[in-house]
Amino acid sequence: MKRIIVKEEHCIGCGLCEVYCTVQHSKSKDIIKAYNRENPRPISRVKLEVHKPVSFAIQCRHCEDAPCVAACLSGAMKKEDETGLVTHDSEQCIGCWTCIMVCPFSAIKMDSSGKVVSKCDLCAELEVPACVDNCPNGALVYKEVKS
Amino acid sequence: MPKYVIVGASAAGIGAVEAIREVDPTGTITVISDEECPQYSRPMISNLVSGKADFGKMMCREHEFWKKKGIQALTGRTAISLNLADKYVTIDKGDQVVFEKLLIATGGKPFVPKIEGSEKDGVFTFTTLSDAERLASKLEKAERAVVIGAGLIGVSVTEALVKRGLKVTMVELQDNILSLILDQTASEMVEDLIRKAGVKIATSQTVKRILGKPESDEVVGSAILTSGEQVKCDLVIIAIGVIPRIELVTGTNVKTNRGILVDKLMRTNVSDVYASGDVAEAYDFIYGENRLLPLWPLAQLEGKVAGYNMAGKKADYPGGTAMSSLKYFDIPIISIGITNPRDPDGYESLVKHEPEHNIYRKIVLKNNTIVGVTLVNDIERAGIIFHLMKNGVNVKKLKQELISDEFCLATLPRSLRRRLYPGEYK
Repeated sequence: MKRIIVKEEHCIGCGLCEVYCTVQHSKSKDIIKAYNRENPRPISRVKLEVHKPVSFAIQCRHCEDAPCVAACLSGAMKKEDETGLVTHDSEQCIGCWTCIMVCPFSAIKMDSSGKVVSKCDLCAELEVPACVDNCPNGALVYKEVKS
Repeated sequence: MPKYVIVGASAAGIGAVEAIREVDPTGTITVISDEECPQYSRPMISNLVSGKADFGKMMCREHEFWKKKGIQALTGRTAISLNLADKYVTIDKGDQVVFEKLLIATGGKPFVPKIEGSEKDGVFTFTTLSDAERLASKLEKAERAVVIGAGLIGVSVTEALVKRGLKVTMVELQDNILSLILDQTASEMVEDLIRKAGVKIATSQTVKRILGKPESDEVVGSAILTSGEQVKCDLVIIAIGVIPRIELVTGTNVKTNRGILVDKLMRTNVSDVYASGDVAEAYDFIYGENRLLPLWPLAQLEGKVAGYNMAGKKADYPGGTAMSSLKYFDIPIISIGITNPRDPDGYESLVKHEPEHNIYRKIVLKNNTIVGVTLVNDIERAGIIFHLMKNGVNVKKLKQELISDEFCLATLPRSLRRRLYPGEYK
């Protein structure tokens, strides 16, 4: 299975990962409409972490033994048997924020609606996740890892 | 003969079933639950009352969960007694269920103090789906409610009742609401929100008597507080706390304190008998001792650990601690560990309070390690702090950063990140 690997030594802190993630998870898939017109406004599921001079992007790691799945009150957070992905069902989510409390990477965010959480889905409909595809300096790599 | 028998099918029982099936896809499992459909989320029952969730949304596992996992689900059946020498559970109607490995995951039950008049129609406890359904069915005709206890359950049910248009008075014995998990500052922030929603809060008080209505003494009409004040109400909800349901092991060799005693593998002192969830006293890594921690995520994890060990895959319970994520009246709050040390000696508190933004951050340290966290309104980095806490990291050089707005994963020195997140630096 493929996962996103973070290469912090290559990160230039430009934030394009967040921009392209936001657009990819927007309704329009259009950068201007996504930022200016959509309501609720789509949010980025990848976070650019900055503590100068250090910067790197971080998104859901799809942990083997995912604390968010173990802690989820509503059953919205699941570990898929076949793909190993941690998936989130926003219909089932009640926005209790328990997963935010237990994610060691703080890779889960509140949605802009404030009612459910939102996290990386590895851009299920794309071959390469948008953040990886648009990173100008190879600081995010999408590659096969051992399970 | 069923290989595995699990009594109780809420968080711990579900966690155990899933873990056993990971290791042993075919071993027979029998689950006994006195509820008809136990795979719902108990922390969500207030959402059923408020109208935020229907029954479908409250299911934390699919309807066919037991069937899909190949479980014999004896739902709506009650476990009556245990015979540990011959290894069987007697259930209602005299049936016996024999086991090779047994998990006791019977959970907790509401603590109900003796209050004169508590037998009247309109008095409720609030821990199960049927409690919530019965309460919800009374709401159309009810205008006023008194909630006894301002802990997690009491505040949740209060919020739900307010959303359904009831006038609520919350009565709490302590000086502050949510006093077990919040310090005074955070507690007052929540009190403020609750009062703004129209709730009356009576602290340092309890209900000493419940009176009937003038037209019918059998039906709740008012509550008399210890101050002597009489509060008119149609409903009284007792939400003082839960106590372990240990009746099943009473009189057996299984050792108990307030709950059933377990080791790190979730084993009781009797071989082949395990316990998990609200009925058990499991390890708290902050207190360094076993104690009752009746919390859904911990119950689920304890059940999982028990399940692995029952199926022969060794697993250690890493320990839990008090941890609550709240969202009362839409304000997010996270509270973990010791948030309000009773004896401040030996503790250091890092505090950032911005009343104008309704933001509060407090981190409690002992010997430069984090033992408690409170975050109000800005909770997004809670998980990193909790991870530092679980790993007992010395944060002497990070004190100011921890409560700063900019705190993030990149704040941690690379060497520390390598140690805390080894999978990321392979």
